[in-house]
Amino acid sequence: MLWLLLFLAALAPFLWLVFLAQGGGLGPDPARELMHFTGEWALYLLAFTLCLTPMRRLGLWSRALRYRRMMGMFAFFYGCLHLLGFAQLYVGWSGALIAEELLERPYILAGFLGWLFMLPLAITSTRGWQRRLGRKWVSLHKLVYPAAIAGVVHVFWQARSDIGEALLYVAIVTVLLAYRLVLRLRTESQRRAQTA
Amino acid sequence: FAAAGDAGAGFTTSEALTPEGDVKSYCNFYEFGTDKGDPAKYASEMTTDPWSIEVDGMVNKPGKLNLEDIMGFELEERIYRFRCVEAWSMVVPWIGFPLYKLLEKFEPTSDAKYVEFRTLYRRSEMRGTRSFTNIIDWPYREGLRMDEAMHPLTLMAVGMYGKTLPNQNGAPIRLVVPWKYGFKSIKSVVQIRLTSKQPDTSWQALAASEYGFYSNVNPEVDHPRWSQRYERRLPSTLLNPNRIPTQKFNGYEEQVGALYAGMDLSKYY
Repeated sequence: MLWLLLFLAALAPFLWLVFLAQGGGLGPDPARELMHFTGEWALYLLAFTLCLTPMRRLGLWSRALRYRRMMGMFAFFYGCLHLLGFAQLYVGWSGALIAEELLERPYILAGFLGWLFMLPLAITSTRGWQRRLGRKWVSLHKLVYPAAIAGVVHVFWQARSDIGEALLYVAIVTVLLAYRLVLRLRTESQRRAQTA
Repeated sequence: FAAAGDAGAGFTTSEALTPEGDVKSYCNFYEFGTDKGDPAKYASEMTTDPWSIEVDGMVNKPGKLNLEDIMGFELEERIYRFRCVEAWSMVVPWIGFPLYKLLEKFEPTSDAKYVEFRTLYRRSEMRGTRSFTNIIDWPYREGLRMDEAMHPLTLMAVGMYGKTLPNQNGAPIRLVVPWKYGFKSIKSVVQIRLTSKQPDTSWQALAASEYGFYSNVNPEVDHPRWSQRYERRLPSTLLNPNRIPTQKFNGYEEQVGALYAGMDLSKYY
C-alpha cells in the first residue's frame, strides 16, 4: 500500500509536467521550464533515495530499504527526461553541438556524468542482476555517490547571481555523504581496535 | 505615435511580435527575485510615481528629469529583436525616444566618453535585493560607450504594445539597446552619469569572464557556460523549440557594425 503511495508520489511530478505542457502552463519558454523541472526532480529523488539507508540505521523507518530501488529508478527516469529534453530542446539532436557542449562546458559534462553513473545502476537494479553480481553489486551501486556529487556540481556551476538554491543542494548532499563517511570511519577504527 | 524616421534604418522589424502576455510574465529583473515569474508577481510593490532621473558627471548642465519631463519627449514606436544572454529572444514593440535626445539636453562635454546608468535601489519595495544569498552588489549598474549611447537605435523606452511600461519590464523608463544582450538594457533608471572612464557594470563585477562591458550579441563568442550560436525565439513549444541561429549584433550589424571597426570582438566581448 505504501509502495503504491510512494510510486504515485514520485510519478505525480511527471503527470503534473504533462498536464502543464498540454495546457500551455509551462509559459513562453517551456524548454527552460521542462529542463529545470526534470533536473530538480531527478536531484530531489536521488537525495531522497540517499536518505533511506540513514533512516533505517537511525531506526526512523525500518522498512525504508524496500523503496530504495523504486526511488532510485524514478531519479533515473527524471534524469532521462532531462537528458532527452537537452537533446531535443537545447541542441536539436545535433551530434556536433552535443559533442561541443560536452567538451567545452564542464557543467554539462558534470550533468551527463551524473546520468552516466546512474545508468549501470538502473540496468542492474533487477533481482537477477543483484544475484549474479553478488558482492560486486554492492560496490557497483556505490556509484550513486559520485552521481549525486555530479548532480550538485551540475547545478552549482550554473548558478548566476542567487546561489541560495544551489547551496541548499550542496548542503543536503554533503550531509548525506558525510553521514556515510563518518559511519565508515567509525567501523574501520572499531575493526582496527578489535584486531589490535 | 509618430512613425520612426527612416524605415530602412533597422528601427522596426517585420518579424512576428512576441505576445504581450509573454513579455510581461517572463522577465529578468533580479531586484524582484531570480525566478522568471517573480518580477510579474512582485514588481507592483515598486513606486514609479513620483520618479526622477538625475543626470550628472561630464555635462555642462547637470540636473534632474522628472516624470513630466520624461513624458515630454516626442514618442515613437520601435519594434526590436530582444536577445537575452541566456539564449532566448523576443520581438517587442517599444515606445520611447532615442537616448541622444535626452543626453543632448544636458550638454555632454568633450571629456564625456562613457555613460553610466543606475537602477532604482529601494530595499523596502524590492524583495530580491533583500535575499541574503544574492551576490549582486546593488544598485544595478550598466554602461555604454558615448558613441553607442548616441546611436539612433539606442532607445529610452517608456511603453510597449501601445501602453505604459509595466513595472516588471522596467517602468517608468528603461534603456533598450537592441544589438546587445538584454541585461545591458537597464530597467527603472534613476541615474545617468557621463564619465571619462569606462564604468563598472554589475554583471562584470560579478563575473567579468562571462559578462563583458560590450556584451554585443555575437554567435561567434560563446558564453563560457553555454553556446550563443542559437536562440529560442519565444514563445516556443516543446515540439517546436523554435531554435533559430543568432545573428551578429542581433541583426543590427548594418547599423552598428562601424562602431566596432578594428576591434577584436572576442577580446572586447
